[in-house]
Amino acid sequence: MMRYLKSVAFYAVVVVIVVVSVFPFYYAIITSFKTGTALFSIDYLPTSFDLSNYRGVLDSPNFIRSVLNSVLIAGATVGFAMFLAVTASYALARVRFRGRALLLMSILAVSMFPQIAVLAGLFELVRFLGIYNTPWAMIMSYTIFTLPFTVWVLTTFMRDLPLEIEEAAIIDGATPWDIVSKVFLPLMWPALVTTGLLAFIGAWNEFLFALTFTASESQRTVPVAIAMLSGSSEFEMPWGTLMAASVLVTVPLIILVLIFQRKIVAGLTAGGVKG
Amino acid sequence: MTATPTVPKGRSLSAQRKRAAFWFLVPMLAALLFVAAWPLFRTIYFSFTDTSLTSLYDGKWIGFDNYLSYRQLSSGKVIWRGTLVDPAWWNAVWNTVRFAFVSVALETVLGLMVALVLHRNFVGRGWVRAAILIPWAIPTIVSAKMWAWMLNDQFGIINDMLLRVGLIDAKIAWTANIETAMIAVLIVDVWKTTPFMALLCLAGLQMIPKDIYEAAKVDGISALRVFWRVTLPLLKPALMVAVIFRSLDALRVFDLVYVLTPNSKATKTMSVIARENLIEFDRFAYGSAQSTLLFALIAIFVSLYIWLGKMDLGGKADQ
Repeated sequence: MMRYLKSVAFYAVVVVIVVVSVFPFYYAIITSFKTGTALFSIDYLPTSFDLSNYRGVLDSPNFIRSVLNSVLIAGATVGFAMFLAVTASYALARVRFRGRALLLMSILAVSMFPQIAVLAGLFELVRFLGIYNTPWAMIMSYTIFTLPFTVWVLTTFMRDLPLEIEEAAIIDGATPWDIVSKVFLPLMWPALVTTGLLAFIGAWNEFLFALTFTASESQRTVPVAIAMLSGSSEFEMPWGTLMAASVLVTVPLIILVLIFQRKIVAGLTAGGVKG
Repeated sequence: MTATPTVPKGRSLSAQRKRAAFWFLVPMLAALLFVAAWPLFRTIYFSFTDTSLTSLYDGKWIGFDNYLSYRQLSSGKVIWRGTLVDPAWWNAVWNTVRFAFVSVALETVLGLMVALVLHRNFVGRGWVRAAILIPWAIPTIVSAKMWAWMLNDQFGIINDMLLRVGLIDAKIAWTANIETAMIAVLIVDVWKTTPFMALLCLAGLQMIPKDIYEAAKVDGISALRVFWRVTLPLLKPALMVAVIFRSLDALRVFDLVYVLTPNSKATKTMSVIARENLIEFDRFAYGSAQSTLLFALIAIFVSLYIWLGKMDLGGKADQ
């Protein structure tokens, strides 16, 4: 009897965890299918299935534009970070030199920077380079968190690869560049995919820089577009449209995260950094 | 490769590797200097000038005036000025510290609980783990908006639930009300970040060898005692790392507060007030001083932590 009660209590806790985790997203979905006065009746179960909010969002050129901006910015910034990080993490993980620990520590310190601390300086830099209100401002500034993160995670990954594979290549007379490109790179695909995905999510979600370095609606990224979406007054928030837009930009992320969940958990624990 | 390489050859090999390592590191370091070190230096520099947003290059050096300065009036009365005597700044400091402390404490306790549940073997465990990843995957801005809708005073489902259960008698304007705005921010942050904590704790739990638990079971030690005496001490290193990362994140919080409770005095954090001065109020240098103070606070926090030797950063690498 006691055993039975215990397992009922355990499953009750499990149900609470799942419901709390999933409910807000579920509620956003059922809200996104409501229009007009239906929005203002509180329902726990789906009551209508009206796609006009989605049509409204997808017909708005600025929303599509902001999705494209976000894809371009996150893609470019992650590609750039990976390009620099692969060789750098090889040096940090496999070559012994003086000051290596200090260097690793500084790289980790950069990833802990409060973004606000560089905002004024970056603003000046962005203005100086003439890239204010263009995607380049974000591509450049996001490097501040994508690069240390990718270097750190790839370094921990490369450190754990066995010595032997490298030794064989050295005996064959391979240069360090050959070792990185021909020996390590093929082994690193899984780690690259995970790290890239986590960095991509980080760049996709970033708000402070995107808010500060854009001025016109067509240059906004997805988070800024969603934050700025509003009606003519606070009391006329277009909740239905807002929830439809939120669901649209979140579903791809959730699918990706669920597909890669095991790898993501491993990447997060290796990096110990919030994605 | 036992005895074959002669000494000079070995040295040249290692020299070649070191040279390559240098060139491998240069582009990455140059990029970091360009986007991190230089802007940081400029922010600190701006904080000692009277630069304004519209004329970035016309600022004059004014020393510590943005931080603290005083002027003696002819009547002999002394007037203090600067961020360090600005009540709005100290209010933001207090909000940030309160937010960081409460959110990280709640997330640690709840995250540990979720991790202990997920550590057990039960039917559907994979599904539960997938479900808790959902809050983590949702962008902060989107979760702020989703919760803003759920916490809406008139049509929000949270008020409806609480009214039905009888916990409140009247609808609450969660995000607008001074007394509840911080609670609203904390709810959303805890919801969004507990999964991260839980996953880190779970990874730590899975590293504890199973035979310890079996030994405890054989000795008939109660589950609660095992938790306090065995699980928690062994989990401490992993837990500490998670707490540090979360605290650093919480101290710089910006987006959630900015979107969920815009312009609320009760939630305005250091990052929010610094950006407000930098960009919106055109007190660029003053905002730079506030940014610098936040950076200094976090830097002290990090160096204290490293100094206490809790983080094994280079140790493993240098074996």
